[in-house]
Amino acid sequence: MKKLIRMRYTKWFNVSRDGLSRNNPIVIGVLGICSALAITNRVDNALAMGAAVTFVIMGSSLIVSLIRSFIPTRVRMITYMVIIAGLVIIVQFFLQAYFPQLYRSLGAYVGLIITNCIVMGRAEAFAVKNPVKYTFFDSLANGIGYTYILVLIAAVREVLAFGTLLNYQVLPDSFPTWQVMAIAPGGFFVLGILIWIIRDLTKNYDEEATA
Amino acid sequence: MENALEIFIGSILDHNIALAYILGMCPLIAISTNVRNAKGMGLAVVFVVTLTGIINYPIYLLLQRVGVEWLNLLVFIITIAATVQFLEMFIDKFFPRLYNSFGLFLPLITVNCVVLGVSLFFVNRSYNFVQTAAFSFGSGIGWMLAIILLAGVREKMAKKSDIPRGLAGKGITFIVLGILALAVIGFTGLASIQ
Repeated sequence: MKKLIRMRYTKWFNVSRDGLSRNNPIVIGVLGICSALAITNRVDNALAMGAAVTFVIMGSSLIVSLIRSFIPTRVRMITYMVIIAGLVIIVQFFLQAYFPQLYRSLGAYVGLIITNCIVMGRAEAFAVKNPVKYTFFDSLANGIGYTYILVLIAAVREVLAFGTLLNYQVLPDSFPTWQVMAIAPGGFFVLGILIWIIRDLTKNYDEEATA
Repeated sequence: MENALEIFIGSILDHNIALAYILGMCPLIAISTNVRNAKGMGLAVVFVVTLTGIINYPIYLLLQRVGVEWLNLLVFIITIAATVQFLEMFIDKFFPRLYNSFGLFLPLITVNCVVLGVSLFFVNRSYNFVQTAAFSFGSGIGWMLAIILLAGVREKMAKKSDIPRGLAGKGITFIVLGILALAVIGFTGLASIQ
């Protein structure tokens, strides 16, 4: 009995830790980069995107996990697609109704959550093989793991590009703003350096490349 | 018409779908370790993006006519999946040699955000049909350009350079992409899209 409790404890603990740090979808898995870079020039955009993606990952994973014994293997991809598309349409309507400003600044990238590899990846790699309770921790951990990296990148970029943080001025006016951080190259540089720092700190190197 | 030409050139250079709008990153990073594969993937994307752009345009008009344009996401993704499936069978049957060069990459394209992104962008920017066709084809070519350039740099880099351990692999790829994106910004003002 004691052993059983221990095992269960480690399983959900491991699953959550995988999503948050050890197998973080962005930094280690390098998935879902498109949305992670395209909208992270402001922290509020990053928060909205993170929340939207977390909702979609959790929704789709839980639904897939619930009906996993009814999905025929051959058409599973298209099944995921339809579930994900439905959830993304809900997110789109929600943002349009309550946060029209954010909806405009995110633009087409809200719709592009459908092709975010993390959502599809969690459904295929985890939800379809695991019961609902573990899927819950897995999808929540992956969603939060995605969100905090987005916010981290956005914080660096917003401070350097506009001298603000969440639209409050944090740097003096005399600070020369870095235009490049507001556009695509800044995102690439920040993510590259972030990956470097995290891999060095965790000693989790890219074996394939260093071999 | 001249506007369509402007859109075509703009979407290859200063509005490059990969380097300025940051779309299609997963395959761009995964398949850019050598130039041969990069070419195959690039060609497949050019084909699929052009075709789905042209197919999705009348479908969107139809949705608009019926008044359910909010369904566009669902319909676009199904069109894309169907087109890719059909294209794979067609090329396999009639052009086996072409199939050997990029057929392997076709199924991967369904989840490539370039394809869906192009369809969503033409809706957002309310292009007409000719502009949509030019934009789709240009975006495909632009993506191919980006992946071939990246693969060329990575191929050379793998042989000679001494990269810090933590930066090797994915990290340095992003730095290279950043520099490529800076190069593309050099073309700013060449063509006005929107």
